Amino acid sequence: MSFGRARSKRVRLWSERAIRWTLFGASFFSVFVTFAILVVLARESFLFFGFDEVSVWEFFATAQWNPLLGGEQHFGIWPLICGTMLVTVIAACFALPIGLTAAVFLSEYARPRTRAILKPALEVLAGIPTVVYGFFALTTITPFLHSIAPRFGNYNAMSAGLAIGIMILPIVCSLSEDALRSVPRSLRDGAYALGGTKFDVSVKVVIPAALSGIVASFLLAMSRAIGETMIVALAAGGIAQMTAEPWAEVQTMTAYMVQIFLGDAPANGVEYASSYAVAAVLFVITLCFTLLGRYILKRFREEYE
Amino acid sequence: MTSPNSSTGSHTHPADLPPLAVHGHQTRAHAAHAPAVVVKNFNAWYGSFQALTNLTLDIAAQRVTAFIGPSGCGKSTFLRWINRMNDTIPSARAEGTLRLRGDEVLARDMDVVDLRRRVGMVFQKPNPFPKSIYDNVAFGPRLHRVYSKSDLDMLVEQSLRQAALWNEVKDRLRASALGLSGGQQQRLCIARAIAAGPELLLMDEPCSALDPKSTLAIEELIEQLAERYTIVIVTHNLQQAARVSDTTAFFYEGKLIEWGETEVIFTKPANRQTEDYVTGRFG
Repeated sequence: MSFGRARSKRVRLWSERAIRWTLFGASFFSVFVTFAILVVLARESFLFFGFDEVSVWEFFATAQWNPLLGGEQHFGIWPLICGTMLVTVIAACFALPIGLTAAVFLSEYARPRTRAILKPALEVLAGIPTVVYGFFALTTITPFLHSIAPRFGNYNAMSAGLAIGIMILPIVCSLSEDALRSVPRSLRDGAYALGGTKFDVSVKVVIPAALSGIVASFLLAMSRAIGETMIVALAAGGIAQMTAEPWAEVQTMTAYMVQIFLGDAPANGVEYASSYAVAAVLFVITLCFTLLGRYILKRFREEYE
Repeated sequence: MTSPNSSTGSHTHPADLPPLAVHGHQTRAHAAHAPAVVVKNFNAWYGSFQALTNLTLDIAAQRVTAFIGPSGCGKSTFLRWINRMNDTIPSARAEGTLRLRGDEVLARDMDVVDLRRRVGMVFQKPNPFPKSIYDNVAFGPRLHRVYSKSDLDMLVEQSLRQAALWNEVKDRLRASALGLSGGQQQRLCIARAIAAGPELLLMDEPCSALDPKSTLAIEELIEQLAERYTIVIVTHNLQQAARVSDTTAFFYEGKLIEWGETEVIFTKPANRQTEDYVTGRFG
């Protein structure tokens, strides 16, 4: 004799089908939204270049950005790219070395209990809203910088860069640590058995073996830094200029967009449209970083297998 | 229990035993060497679990000593105490005498880095670093000394020749070590261990991940290396122990049941448990 009652084949068939379509719908939706954004970006950028005031040549080949002046307007995007890069480089110089060092400590040196406390604490940093970092930059970092060197004004690239650096620190540390810990124990044993110290083993074996994951974490953190908006809008200032001075006030691509959409410019005007063109350029830059990260991951993945 | 092959008997050096049946290493067996490693009343624990109880044996210099015994009998644990690899396991501790050429291995002031330079280790699974063949072999030497490029080149070649790998890799020293076959990788790991200039080579089941042909190559290599190095090999393969070793030590449940000339252990063991194990009645 058998227990239970046979389940309906038809119900099973239909539920399988329903599940399949639900899953497909979810993935289709996310892809669809991404493409919709791309289409809007492309269309609006195209419209921007239709205005008489601008040309593709001026946009990509000149370095003066003066969209809002009543008089002569200039749309050369390089000052915005320059500002973005300056802030990003400052953030990277701060976060990459510290993040990697912290990751090595957590993965190779820390006792399990220390790690169990420190790692979640660090990941809490990733959950803080970026506006908080922005105010932290304005109210704490900037006065501190000013007290060291008075040439740091109320708004400067350094302050925003450092705040972004603090923001991306958990990304670098957490992902690098994952990469370090996934290096097989047998490699560490091999290096210890040859008479390596903990430092030898970490620096000469574990870090090189985990390099692809570490670089990927760097690139992900960099694209977060490039796209960061709130911190730079609050702390970096609003002057688009070509400068490499960390105490200077700069405007990034994202900060410019915030300025436009907060109502400084009339809708349908050339200034309004220009923010779409800037967004498109920003999109291309972060896309390049993401692709580079994927390429590096793929290229070096089989490192220790 | 008065047999010289018994662990509870006197600490007779195997080289003092009368020569036995014909054996490949007979000439070496006659050579009177001071033991490379002397072990007396050695105990080891993982937490509160006693992994090794009262080991007493000598490991003869420039000979091959095999540790045999069923899984979990403590032979690998003991091997990893000789170069203090167990230091990486927080719950592991040991006491007793374990002397390498007169130096107390367990001493608090023992320089573990120097100890591991003197005692090379080859692991169960080949574990080459994800670096070039050359950099793998040069890794140990570079840790301990500064070399001119030509000296290092020479040392790498010498080590690869001793590991019987030179002819296969001499044209691709800069290629990744991960492109080698499993057997080649294991010989590379042996070359890497040799290059650091050890006196003693520990091998923890070095052939268990290899095919029969590669296993044979490693066994032949062990015979050659025994002319220069003291070798301790842990193996699950009894035939392998019989083929490559001069001395065999049988471990069971954390105790050293019997040790002595390999011939004796395999043909006329003094202990019933040893006999049961080597004849395949258990294990």
